Amino acid sequence: MTDITAPSPPAAGDRYVLNPMYLFRWEPTQDAHVLLYPEGIVKLNQTAGDIIARCDGHRTVADLVGELQQRYPGDDERVTEGVYKFLEVFRAKGWIRRQA
Amino acid sequence: MPKDGSVVRLDGQGKPLWLVLELTYRCPLKCPWCSNPVDYARDGEAELSTAEWKRVMREGRELGALQLGFTGGEPLLRDDLEELVADASALGYYTNLITSGVGLTEERLAALKAAGLNQIQLSLQSSDRELTDTLVGARAFDLKLKVAHQIKAQGFPMVLNVPVFRHNIGQVADILALAEQIGVDYLEFANIQYYNWAMVNRDELLPTREQIAAAEREVQAARERLGDRMTIYFVIPDYYEGRPKACMNGWGSIHLTIAPDGAAMPCQEARIIQGLEFPTVRDNSLAWLWNESPTFEKFRGDAWMSPTCRSCDEKEKDFGGCRCQAFLMTGDAANTDPACSRSPHHHLIGEAIARAHAPGRKVQPLVMRNDGNSRRLAQGGQGGGGAGTGCGSGAARVEVDHV
Ligand SMILES: C[S@@+](CC[C@H](N)C(=O)[O-])C[C@H]1O[C@@H](n2cnc3c(N)ncnc32)[C@H](O)[C@@H]1O
Ligand code: SF4
Ligand code: SF4
Repeated sequence: MTDITAPSPPAAGDRYVLNPMYLFRWEPTQDAHVLLYPEGIVKLNQTAGDIIARCDGHRTVADLVGELQQRYPGDDERVTEGVYKFLEVFRAKGWIRRQA
Repeated sequence: MPKDGSVVRLDGQGKPLWLVLELTYRCPLKCPWCSNPVDYARDGEAELSTAEWKRVMREGRELGALQLGFTGGEPLLRDDLEELVADASALGYYTNLITSGVGLTEERLAALKAAGLNQIQLSLQSSDRELTDTLVGARAFDLKLKVAHQIKAQGFPMVLNVPVFRHNIGQVADILALAEQIGVDYLEFANIQYYNWAMVNRDELLPTREQIAAAEREVQAARERLGDRMTIYFVIPDYYEGRPKACMNGWGSIHLTIAPDGAAMPCQEARIIQGLEFPTVRDNSLAWLWNESPTFEKFRGDAWMSPTCRSCDEKEKDFGGCRCQAFLMTGDAANTDPACSRSPHHHLIGEAIARAHAPGRKVQPLVMRNDGNSRRLAQGGQGGGGAGTGCGSGAARVEVDHV
């Protein structure tokens, strides 16, 4: 089940999963990850791709933050903030859903 | 058909991101707003073969195409559809089937699923059985509903496409309820665009501004009620906007359509522009057609624009509107789209609206899309509409199915 109730900000224990409507993959001709869905194409920047690749329904937000902090060492606080912000935006766009 | 509501958050970088294959113009239905050419039944080249379509898809991927639409006519009339879908999936496309639903069975759905089809766009014309069947000229309503449920049962993402015009614009609330019950993911109310068959029937089909406003209010209420559950698009009619649509994101910018006979076009309507040639994939590589053919080059950039557009600060946003509409209504495809309030031809839009709603206007029967009407319209020199006339004048001479 996915939540359809009023949105609340991501919490450390939440798990996100890609909206099944979307196809997420690496696209060599764009040199980027893309999201493909009915009527749309989104080219993702590297960070966005890194985050969506990890929205697999298993990793928690805390796991995700940990992995991204390792991948982008230096400013843990900024990475954490970025992940939370991105998740919120992606969910609002309908790309990912929070698992209930 | 790629829509004005389409989302492309990505600069095409000169790549044909969106490839649309019109597998056939044949269709069991007779929609009098159909966007297929009015003269589709004229004797012409044969449809591309399976092998030829496969070559097109391969070359499209090489050029960077990502989205692939199978449409028509009715694409299910091609019995190689499953084979083509399988090929497209293997090539890495996101595959869309755009269908009336006629010809879709449990077996074919399962085969399409196995072939890797990503999504299905089903058209529905009304929430009312009788009205649907009358409008499309066949018993289709029950079948469409059954197919809609089967599509969801097979787990396909589904777009329900509702072409909107005078006869069904009052049913928006009922159609929303029906879509909710089916479990539609995307519901698209597409105010029809007035080319081809829709242009022939424009006086009968064009809704009023008040009708559109009322429909939009229903949509807004539903959006608030349904939240994330269903995405609802409402494609506005440019006749009432004062602003043109950013047609196809610009001519030859990201869209490439291949007609049943292999003609390469920047959009599905482009063939109505007289004086342009549409070379085919039978004689040319897709790369040449896209990158070098004079037809695709013709309206790229802004050198071709009228002074009205070239000096306008909106030109990067709407590219001067629709070339087909400019041609149909003004006789010159390079003119500013008359839907734009800055166009010197904008009064033509007002006149069309006034004509369609003139007090005491006599209701005419709809001219159904069928082979007989198609041949007659083609003969009358109305192949897609002569300049300026908007082909409405052809209506008197053609055979009328019923309604
Ligand atoms: C031309 S049809 C071909 C596929 C299939 N026969 C069908 O009707 O779904 C493609 C899509 O265009 C829509 N359509 C047809 N005529 C239109 C028009 N004049 N303006 C906008 N959309 C139109 C249909 O509702 C359909 O969703
Ligand atoms: S819009 Fe209607 S008539 Fe035209 S191709 Fe689709 S189903 Fe056939
Ligand atoms: S004048 Fe041309 S560029 Fe300016 S808004 Fe109108 S159509 Fe667009």
